Amino acid sequence: MLDILRELIFTSGFVSLTGGNIVMWIISFVLLYLAIKKQYEPLLLLPIAFGILVVNLPLTFLMNPEHGLIWFFYHYGIELDIIPPLIFLGLGAMIDFGPLIANPKMLLLGAGAQAGLYVTFFAAVLFGFDLQEAGSIAIIGGADGPTTIYLTSKLAPHLLGATAVSAYAYMALVPIIQPPIMKLLTTNAERKIVMTKLRPVSKLQKICFPIITAMTIMLIVPPAAPLISMLMLGNLFKESGVVERLTNAASNELMNVVTIFLGLSIGATMTAATFLSPKVLFIFFLGLFAFAVSTAAGLIMAKAMNLFLKDKINPLIGAAGVSAVPMAARCVHKVGSEANRRNYLLMFAMGPNVAGVIGTVVAAAILLKNLG
Amino acid sequence: MPELIAPIAGNVWKILVAVGDKVELDDELVILEALKMETPIYCDDAGTVTEIKVKEGDAVNEEDVLIVIG
Repeated sequence: MLDILRELIFTSGFVSLTGGNIVMWIISFVLLYLAIKKQYEPLLLLPIAFGILVVNLPLTFLMNPEHGLIWFFYHYGIELDIIPPLIFLGLGAMIDFGPLIANPKMLLLGAGAQAGLYVTFFAAVLFGFDLQEAGSIAIIGGADGPTTIYLTSKLAPHLLGATAVSAYAYMALVPIIQPPIMKLLTTNAERKIVMTKLRPVSKLQKICFPIITAMTIMLIVPPAAPLISMLMLGNLFKESGVVERLTNAASNELMNVVTIFLGLSIGATMTAATFLSPKVLFIFFLGLFAFAVSTAAGLIMAKAMNLFLKDKINPLIGAAGVSAVPMAARCVHKVGSEANRRNYLLMFAMGPNVAGVIGTVVAAAILLKNLG
Repeated sequence: MPELIAPIAGNVWKILVAVGDKVELDDELVILEALKMETPIYCDDAGTVTEIKVKEGDAVNEEDVLIVIG
């Protein structure tokens, strides 16, 4: 009788529990709280937090290679790079590139904001990260979750949990991180600038855009192909107007399905052994730095453009050049309307915002090409 | 006759006035919802609301007339 009881205790998870596991539980509970109570990116944070929790219950072997349930999700979904491009397919089916087509100069802002990536890359190298790790950390500044996951899984898979969580965390924190930088770098008069109306964009232009963009970018930076091809295919579904079922499947059902596996797998990479290291703190710090520098670079780029433009743009929209669609555009709109309540910058900010997505993918492809 | 125009495309979230209401410059008349964000639309002219062209939940395009003020 006693033997059975002893057997039960020794095969239970309690005996193998480490202090690190318990710290990870606490992190998981905090993330669950933020997801459920504060509704910070709950669609991702909730499965991530639960993934962290279950993988830190000893002896469950959920992440054991070739055996664990979540390992299979992780292996087929993320290691083989299937899920991030599928998310991009859904994003493409939701994004309206109209504001960018109406004002292609916005591409400059989407590109300018990527400067933060390169600054952070060198900063991370100075902090002692190797080149692959530095690239994965720098991409956090692009504020694009799927791209961050895609690049990290190729360059530095051991950092996946940390880079993914910090990318999504900073996206949720856009309304807190960006406004102080925006106010610091612009004058009140600049924030009040009302922009001239965007020209209407024809259906033909909207249909041609994904085709031409896909061809151009893939010819220039072929490693961007997995993400850009799916993004533009999704957009072509949407703009063609003839495959509404595919558009809906890509942006709703498929997107939701892969989000579950993405979140759970990312969470499950965060075992106490991999996550609880001083490196992770540095990643969060450098990620925040990347995000702040990208925001500043976008603003400065917009101010520089104003030196040459007859129709002045409101420099705030430069801050939307980091991707974080549509959080950054909303944030620009809000700060703009605080300065001048008749300033409706939302659609103007969507231009650099969607350009930022393209910019981040291209930046990731360049990093991949040189470091992979 | 002055009109309140939708400055951005979105859905009508709330209409804060009724026909016959007197409105002042800068009053909040309508709240539009775009990209999950509420955007209040302010009155450009003082006067009386004579017609409301939209109802809550309607999708509106940029430049659509929302309210006519007499």
